[in-house]
Amino acid sequence: MTKMSKYLVLIFQDEAVTPQAEGESISASYQEFMQRRNGSLLNGAALQPASTATSVRRNGTGGFSVTDGPFAESKETLGGYFLIEAGDLDEALEIAKEVPAGVGVEVRPVRVVS
Amino acid sequence: MPQAASSEVAAAVAEAHRREWAFVLAATVRVTGDIDAAEEAVQDAYASALSTWGPRGIPKNPGAWLTVAARRRALDMHRRAATAQRALPKLLEPEEYLPDDADLEPEDIPDDRLRLIFTCCHPALAPDAQVAMTLRLLCGLSTADVARAFLVPEATIAARITRAKKKIAAARIPYRVPAAAELRERLDGVLSVVYLLYTTGHTAPSGQDLMRRDLAERGHELARMLRVLLPDDGDVAGLLALVLLTDARSGARVDEQRELVLLENQDRSRWDRRAIAEGLALLREALKLRPPGRFALMAAIAAVHDESASWSDTDWLEILGLYDLLVEKWPSPVVKLNRAIALGFAVGYAEGLAELDALGTEPQLARYPYLAAARADFLARLGRSDDARTAFEEALILTENDTERRYLQTRLSELTG
Repeated sequence: MTKMSKYLVLIFQDEAVTPQAEGESISASYQEFMQRRNGSLLNGAALQPASTATSVRRNGTGGFSVTDGPFAESKETLGGYFLIEAGDLDEALEIAKEVPAGVGVEVRPVRVVS
Repeated sequence: MPQAASSEVAAAVAEAHRREWAFVLAATVRVTGDIDAAEEAVQDAYASALSTWGPRGIPKNPGAWLTVAARRRALDMHRRAATAQRALPKLLEPEEYLPDDADLEPEDIPDDRLRLIFTCCHPALAPDAQVAMTLRLLCGLSTADVARAFLVPEATIAARITRAKKKIAAARIPYRVPAAAELRERLDGVLSVVYLLYTTGHTAPSGQDLMRRDLAERGHELARMLRVLLPDDGDVAGLLALVLLTDARSGARVDEQRELVLLENQDRSRWDRRAIAEGLALLREALKLRPPGRFALMAAIAAVHDESASWSDTDWLEILGLYDLLVEKWPSPVVKLNRAIALGFAVGYAEGLAELDALGTEPQLARYPYLAAARADFLARLGRSDDARTAFEEALILTENDTERRYLQTRLSELTG
């Protein structure tokens, strides 16, 4: 039995090209992916568009500054995520390649706290 | 085994370091599952070889001896770490294990080196890190040597290697040969790293000498290692053919004063005929692949030069045809630049120059000295001295290799009118 690791798959999309429709249901391609990879998916969600994001930063004097917008401004914005389980990075990348994401995905290992 | 003199032992250990490092490390990583621990154990094994091969004699199979010693050392370190973790008092110093020739395990050892090279060249690692890891782990170069090879500070290479090792462990980059379905794609990355090492050595991007023999040799050795490990792969055969057919000319590329000698003026009797024969045999094998891969096509171009009796005998139309195929397969600006040069010699300097001028808008070539140098050469051959002068001056600004710079200065001073 191989030891499994958890990876967060961050889904990026180009909001200018694919504006999210209000109350849009999960697309058929995502449903198909989620069924196929059901055994590896631990969790996941789609996010509201980046225009709804609010950033909270430490202001350096013990307080916080709250500002409108995502933490890092870029054309590609975080659109959703999956938390997956895989035996190693290659297996995680195989799953990541199947995510029907617009721009692409970023795969990050989840840190194991010992 | 008979006793050996210390000079013999030192030579045998040095030879084993050069030839067997990858083999020993790869077989040890499989036992430890941890690159750092394996490296430490392998270093210890080489150290113990220095002290024990004298009194006990040099083993018949140094690689296997070192592998067994390194694996035992790794197990020993693991046991000690486990003991320390349990906070138990250490009652006994572990006995020193020294293998003998009977201890060899033949198993699937070739696969270990393949696993190691696919791990070092995993696309999840930065390209710089892939090269550094390959030199460190497959060739056994120290961090300082890798730094010298790429003319960067040692701290930079150390950080690059540390980061890569951390990523291998944290992201769990597997230590295995990719599955058949993915092998092709992944092997291409491995071949590119080996080719990059070879070309960086063949013409050093900067520095005093035209070539960096040490790097070219490492690339050559790695290509040969891949050929042993993947004897049926056409692209591997193509890469080794390319290295051999290019390297065969290296002895004639500089004269006694270490000045650059262009292919056109090289003493072809100084080319290495044995390397050419071996390269041609490999090329025939690589060309069986349909369609031929990019390394096979480049090797075929090198072969046309190697087989020409003189510069004037060179079949430029055939070279141009091969470049046409190569551009289809690999439309990089550098390949297009080389095709334009071939066109100049096959059809006419003016036609070649027109193609070169068209490449002036390629952003990737903006700082590439060979575009300006090729334009300068064709302009000089066309008798357009003023334009050639400007182009040579541009190439001189961009070139960072001292030998190439002196060559360009000579050409510049020879211009008349």
